[in-house]
Amino acid sequence: MGAWQSYRLRLQRKRWLVRAFRKRRELKRIADRTAQIRTDDLLLLCTQRNERVRLPYFLRYYRSLGINHFLFVDNDSDDGSLDYLAKQPDVSVWHTGASYKRSRFGVDWLNWLARKYGHGHWCLTVDPDEFLIYPFCDTRPLRALTDWLDASSIRSFPAMLLDMYPKGRLNEQGYEPGQDPIEIACWFDSGNYTIRRNKRFGNLWIQGGPRARVFFPDQPEKAPALNKIPLVKWHRNYVYVSSTHMLLPRGLNLVYDEWGGEKASGLLLHAKFLNTFPAKAKEELERKQHYAASVEYRAYAEKLEENPDLWCKWSEKYINWRQLEILGLMSKGNWA
Amino acid sequence: MSARDDTFMSVGIVMLVHTALHRAEQVARHWTAAGCPVVIHVDAKVPRKTHAAFVQSLSDDLMIHFSRRHRCEWGTWGIVAATQSACELLLGLYPQVRHVYLASGSCLPLRPVEELIAYLAERPRTDFIESATTADVPWTVGGLDEERFTLRFPFSWKKHRYLFDRYVELQRRLRIKRRIPNGIVPHMGSQWWCLTRRTLTAILQDPDRPLYDRYFRRVWIPDESYFQTLARLYSENIESRSLTLSKFDFQGKPHIFYDDHLQLLRRSDCFVARKIWPHAERLYQAFLSDNAGQANRAEPNPGKIDRIFARAVDRRTKGRPGLYMQSRFPNWGWENGLTSNPYSVFHGFAELFEDFETWLARATGARVHGHLFAPERAEFAGGERMINGALSDGAATRDYAPESFLANLIWNTRGERQCFQFGPRDNQKIAEFFARDPNAQVSVITGAWAIPLFKSNRNFADLRKEAARLQKIEKDFLDVLHWQSTKARVRVWSMAEFVEAPMEPIQTIIDEITPAGHPRLTEAPRMVDLRGFGQFLQNLKNQGMHPYLMGDFPVENSRADRSRPKRKPYLVR
Repeated sequence: MGAWQSYRLRLQRKRWLVRAFRKRRELKRIADRTAQIRTDDLLLLCTQRNERVRLPYFLRYYRSLGINHFLFVDNDSDDGSLDYLAKQPDVSVWHTGASYKRSRFGVDWLNWLARKYGHGHWCLTVDPDEFLIYPFCDTRPLRALTDWLDASSIRSFPAMLLDMYPKGRLNEQGYEPGQDPIEIACWFDSGNYTIRRNKRFGNLWIQGGPRARVFFPDQPEKAPALNKIPLVKWHRNYVYVSSTHMLLPRGLNLVYDEWGGEKASGLLLHAKFLNTFPAKAKEELERKQHYAASVEYRAYAEKLEENPDLWCKWSEKYINWRQLEILGLMSKGNWA
Repeated sequence: MSARDDTFMSVGIVMLVHTALHRAEQVARHWTAAGCPVVIHVDAKVPRKTHAAFVQSLSDDLMIHFSRRHRCEWGTWGIVAATQSACELLLGLYPQVRHVYLASGSCLPLRPVEELIAYLAERPRTDFIESATTADVPWTVGGLDEERFTLRFPFSWKKHRYLFDRYVELQRRLRIKRRIPNGIVPHMGSQWWCLTRRTLTAILQDPDRPLYDRYFRRVWIPDESYFQTLARLYSENIESRSLTLSKFDFQGKPHIFYDDHLQLLRRSDCFVARKIWPHAERLYQAFLSDNAGQANRAEPNPGKIDRIFARAVDRRTKGRPGLYMQSRFPNWGWENGLTSNPYSVFHGFAELFEDFETWLARATGARVHGHLFAPERAEFAGGERMINGALSDGAATRDYAPESFLANLIWNTRGERQCFQFGPRDNQKIAEFFARDPNAQVSVITGAWAIPLFKSNRNFADLRKEAARLQKIEKDFLDVLHWQSTKARVRVWSMAEFVEAPMEPIQTIIDEITPAGHPRLTEAPRMVDLRGFGQFLQNLKNQGMHPYLMGDFPVENSRADRSRPKRKPYLVR
């Protein structure tokens, strides 16, 4: 990469930083407990809208992994989730009524919070329907991983989105607050992912899984990106460029080995497809606040009329991280 | 006390500590409880307040002492200086000490301390120190082995890497070499040793010590060479191994032990392990609780742990062949196996033989697909619309990333041989990929694409055009197979050649697919009826399109042909 291009990327990074700075004014402080954050704390950042039903389990899951403090942006919820979050002892929450789309799908808001509170911390940026799985997550807390990453001088940790779905129609099983969504959506596609390299940002671009298979069989290029880098030892000069798919400076995107080896990686179990999904998809489509003119949600809406079954006879049932490792979806790298 | 007199306080511990002080405290108390005096060196980088609190918390234990503090930066002299002063203090305070065990704050005794004491008491004159010459070991990281001892290293590798590298370069260019004092032979080895008082005092009280110290002060990573080298001068009995179980990864960074290693560590029978993750509560609880020693414990045997960590290094450096995923995406040429398992590509066979796929599946037990890269869809075996891994047969998705498609297919069906048909009608983009793949067995009958045309009932002008197109594509495909980069096992026959004696090549191909000892073929595939094929080719030629890839097929006399009784289909034997 030439000096010119790296200069342009630098400018771009500055631009996103400035933009995050401007967008900070859209955030209204509701509950600020950031004074509790201690030097070594693990932080979680999340934007949410009307996810009240998912929040109890989400918080429980990440507390059990060892997250010390949650930073939430509430995008104009009207289902009581804001009150619920404000009451949690380890949550700081901001409210905004501004456009999700114009904050680049929440990225600007979270970039700002990360810059302000995340400097020097390991920051995990996820959605309320994403559950991080990493090697040895059943026996070692998240801090074991971040300590190891620190010792290995690794600044960012990848976790591909793994779309989970139930067997049968989406509305067959109801999801209750506090329930583990993976109990219902426990199936996934194990081997139909395509990978390309994004030359400009140096990240991989991964597509596939049930969404590509069912919603985009004829336009695979439009299928949503699954590559994510949610866990980063934050520095105030870092920015997420597009969702958590890629960052700047681009060195943070080099989470894969290019010389035949495997680096350590995890997965985000994506429990999007519950009985709550059709209503959500309809609402999101009406709000028109999603990526690429909501092409994804339009595709869902079309197919959802048919109430499709994402399950097929080659679907794998989720057991544990070791299974995902053997299938080649994630890797221990040299962590043993 | 009198019963233990001979071994009481015979082993002293020197502990180098810089973080996780509460763990160091726990372990220090564990040592003294078993009658081992402890001298702790706390890194000078630890803030004074923290240090004072730490000293205070241990003040009730009279067998724990603190030595003069030095700044310990990785790879520099400070660690050796710290060790020296701590050892001097320990040996001075406790004249009974016969062995000094060097440990760190993240070391954890795995076996009851009494067992270690007894073990050392049985070997009163043995020094346990890993010590090897630079020529004999491949441990070095960063390309510095012998040069560790012949160059100077005034700059920190961790903090001033640029200066460090430039200075090394400069010295290399100027061919500056340091003289090694008194002709000592540099040795290296694990930093964690256990030396006898005899050897240790000989090193510490050597009249030439200032000379050696000055020399090692500028050696790269002296903590792995100072004692390792000097012990060779004085020890009468060196066991070149460390009693501390300590494993390093490919970057020279120690592997860390967690709660889930408990059973492994138990079974290793090692005395001490490092590094333990400070939050590994279960490990600390299990090994520091007053557990009775097991009878007849063997020599340390870290074999299983070695294997686990060796596998981890392997995974990190070589990875799983044929796997493409979020954290493994090799550059061109660095794949270490483009695909995970061997597979076969058949070009022209399905055209030449009737029901070739069924026959092949029966003959080999492999999974035989049709044209996986056909324009309409991927023709999976048995007409399936989807295959292992939820890989679907849609042409759009497949052609979006044909290489991913094939690599996925082979990966998803690990353990089962895959075969598929290929031809000039198919998506040719994949050809470069499998040509480059040593796992691919590619068998080609050239010109067989003409058979479906010959059998079809289409308008001759269309046929001619299609024939020209297919021949061109196949020609390009053959060129790809002849590239320098081709690593597949490629066999090419012209159709004429193959029809002449088909059984021998088929047997060769099948032998390669099926494991040794598989019975020879008993049933042959049925060749399609080629009567009139020569004439068909001649007609194409007459139209100005020259089909040449199939070789020579003589034009049969059509009249004589008709008069002959209908021949049975060509059966290959």
